[in-house]
Amino acid sequence: MSADKSGGPLARILTPSRASALRTSGTTVASSLGAIAIALTICAILLAVTGKNPIDAYSTIIETGASGNKLLEMMRRATPLIFSATAVAIGFKMNIFNIGVEGQYLFAALIAAEAGSHLALPGVIHIPVILAVAMIAGAAWASIAALLKVFKNVHEVISTIMLNYIALSVIQWLFENFFRDDSGGGLNVKTTLLPESAHMPDLVDGRLNAMFIVALVTVAIFWVVVYRSRFGFRLRASGFNATAAATAGIDARRMTIIALLLSGAVAGLVAMQSVTGEAFAYGPNATPIQFGFAGITVALLGRNHPVGIVVAALLFGFLDSTSAELQLAAVPNSIVKVMQAIIVLTVVIVNEATIRRMNIRTAERARNELAAGGAA
Amino acid sequence: METQQRRDAAMAVRLSGIGKRFPGVIANHDVNLNVRAGTIHAIVGENGAGKSTLMKTLYGMQQPDAGTIEIDGTERHFKSPSEAIEAGIGMVHQHFMLADNLTVLENIILGGEPARRGVINVSEARRRIQEIVAALGAEIDVDVPVSELGVGERQRVEIVKVLYRGARILILDEPTAVLVPEEVDELFSTLRRLVDDGATVIFISHKLDEVIQVSDDITVMRQGTTVAETTPGSVDRSGLAELMVGSELPSPAGRTTAIGEQVRLRVTDLVVPGAEGRPAVEHASFDIHAGEILGVAGVEGNGQFELCTALLGLRTSSGQIEVDGRDVTRSGTRARHEAGLAYIPFDRHREGLMLNAPLWENALLGRENDPALATGPLINIQAARTSTVGIIERFGVLTPDETTPAFALSGGNQQKLVVGRAMITEPAVLVAAHPTRGIDVGAQAAVWDEIRRARDAGMAVLLVSADLEELIGLSDRIAVMFDGRVTAMLDPDTTTPAELGGHMTGSHLGAPR
Repeated sequence: MSADKSGGPLARILTPSRASALRTSGTTVASSLGAIAIALTICAILLAVTGKNPIDAYSTIIETGASGNKLLEMMRRATPLIFSATAVAIGFKMNIFNIGVEGQYLFAALIAAEAGSHLALPGVIHIPVILAVAMIAGAAWASIAALLKVFKNVHEVISTIMLNYIALSVIQWLFENFFRDDSGGGLNVKTTLLPESAHMPDLVDGRLNAMFIVALVTVAIFWVVVYRSRFGFRLRASGFNATAAATAGIDARRMTIIALLLSGAVAGLVAMQSVTGEAFAYGPNATPIQFGFAGITVALLGRNHPVGIVVAALLFGFLDSTSAELQLAAVPNSIVKVMQAIIVLTVVIVNEATIRRMNIRTAERARNELAAGGAA
Repeated sequence: METQQRRDAAMAVRLSGIGKRFPGVIANHDVNLNVRAGTIHAIVGENGAGKSTLMKTLYGMQQPDAGTIEIDGTERHFKSPSEAIEAGIGMVHQHFMLADNLTVLENIILGGEPARRGVINVSEARRRIQEIVAALGAEIDVDVPVSELGVGERQRVEIVKVLYRGARILILDEPTAVLVPEEVDELFSTLRRLVDDGATVIFISHKLDEVIQVSDDITVMRQGTTVAETTPGSVDRSGLAELMVGSELPSPAGRTTAIGEQVRLRVTDLVVPGAEGRPAVEHASFDIHAGEILGVAGVEGNGQFELCTALLGLRTSSGQIEVDGRDVTRSGTRARHEAGLAYIPFDRHREGLMLNAPLWENALLGRENDPALATGPLINIQAARTSTVGIIERFGVLTPDETTPAFALSGGNQQKLVVGRAMITEPAVLVAAHPTRGIDVGAQAAVWDEIRRARDAGMAVLLVSADLEELIGLSDRIAVMFDGRVTAMLDPDTTTPAELGGHMTGSHLGAPR
């Protein structure tokens, strides 16, 4: 029986086989939970080796998590991760590795914050306009990598990584020379603050912003587009087997450009919770960084599936939210990062093993069913 | 090279009753091969005749299901190529396995470096290589990078490398395919010197002139088995061609419907650029009428793949292509599909299927714009699945259901799905490459019936096939491709095996290439 020939282990994680949707997702959930249990055990050993009491650390985490406020914080922290993981997953669906979400969202944050501060519009229009500007700016930055790939055959991993560095410099130059607003005073320099009409409302005052809803809506749209639309089918077909897709008349160049533009557009929303809901401006110290890279991890952990992405983002948000309490309990908060990394590694490894076993079983089941039916 | 006494009577290689089957396919059965020591032994046969499978078995890359392998009179069971190398067998692959930026010397010793305490003993290696090179009567500068060498020189490096590993039995897999005529002559004199020094050469080819020129003995393979043993003295080109193709051609099935007047596919002066500036297809022109099947015969690699992919707009070409009178020369692949071209690809895994996707998504590939399968911008999953069930039933795809992933199906059933997907669109022109490759006899007949039915309804077919029964049974005319050109247009009712074989191997062209 022919096994998957379309790619290595990574490609297989990125484009999971879909034996039977229910069976697959059931097994996926089970294997992910098992993997997290393994990861927690490894972390416990790690804590014990470094002289901390793992039981104390875990009970701190659980106690912290039990409070309602912490759950809100988990959702708040998950919001940018949902956007960045979705951005990454769009690319992964056709085997494009957009490592450049970081540069795309920071660039988008600066442009959207600056543009938003110059507009005087009613809130119902002002906020959508800012989000639209952010998406366009993110897509514009991603388009550089898209064009390089399509016309100059530059691999997107190289170009998007390099464009991250370029983005940082371009942002700094734009900010220092054109967009910097010192009227706020102090060291915390920012762009001009957004007017009241551009403030994204909080769902729960000071704890959870409405961007969380926008993130969920984005994931829902991602699901419809990727799994239900003709465009999404072409996207996934190109990811499954690029040659077969081209043979079927799917224009690989066009798909590459659209996928990277969409990915960049969603990336543009990553920092919007900060820009429109918290800092009300872009600022080198106010705008959160590193979410682009975290998004890659979350997308992997969530296996590029909408539901998986939300769950993984919430898990990461939860772990992040406990770091302060862990520190109070004399556990270094870097243990949270270690824990996240170990969880991702275990989930990826366990999933890979599960998929292999499942593929073999699916093939066997197909043979058995045919033999039983006497169809042979 | 160690000189050893020539032992004409002794067998260097004796294969008896070798059988090898892969799921659904019998690649080799009852293969018998007797290679005398110190001779050049040619193995000829069409692509798919089982030559490569046999050589992989001999070289330890796969284990036979039946039969025995004897090397120098001793029975051997090779579990891997390294065991075959130990027994003195060496393989020169068609595609060279050399590292471009290493020197000749480095390439030769790579993997077998003579070392003392981890330090490579270069002078010892150099001495041995120079001995081998001198014995071959060749001149190779061992200190230049391989990237500076021509194709013929690279091949010689490969041969030296194999000899350096101690091979006395050399397998050369279509060694002349990549060479220009002068290089072929040089290769042959190298091979002659090798056997004069006591080595044994097994030479795989389908170029009959070369085989007759260079070999001492010839074994002919057809349909997975050895069918004849002969010598250049006792057979001529056309006789050999007949042995390759078979003594009797299948009889064409009569047709009751007439070929239509309308030209559905017109190809004018099609040129497809190939590797190294040589066109892969040269000035091909033909028409296919409504209800007509044009067969394309030829040994694989003579431009059939390039012809088909150029017709589909998957590679650049010059010339003109018209479907139902519509010029599609400058159209993309999708537009050509929409103009009525459908394609059954050569390689179902590479070009046809998404192995990890369910069957219904595979059946949807290329048809996702069909209004019957879509609701606005969304896919109508229910309709797509129903349509797939239709394909499964009509083409007899054996599968539990339409949600089974493609990889879970046997090769033949995957092929039936690919055929069904192309046929269900009722195309104006079907470009069918090996439509029944790898599927069982019963299903083959069903696919043929479907093709005939569509033909009777007015479809035009370009049928590329290595299966002569298929080619002659279905085609109204047979175009033979050799070396990128359409060299003959034959009538399946009257053509003879010698004629067909001759055209396929290029020996009807007069001077050999």
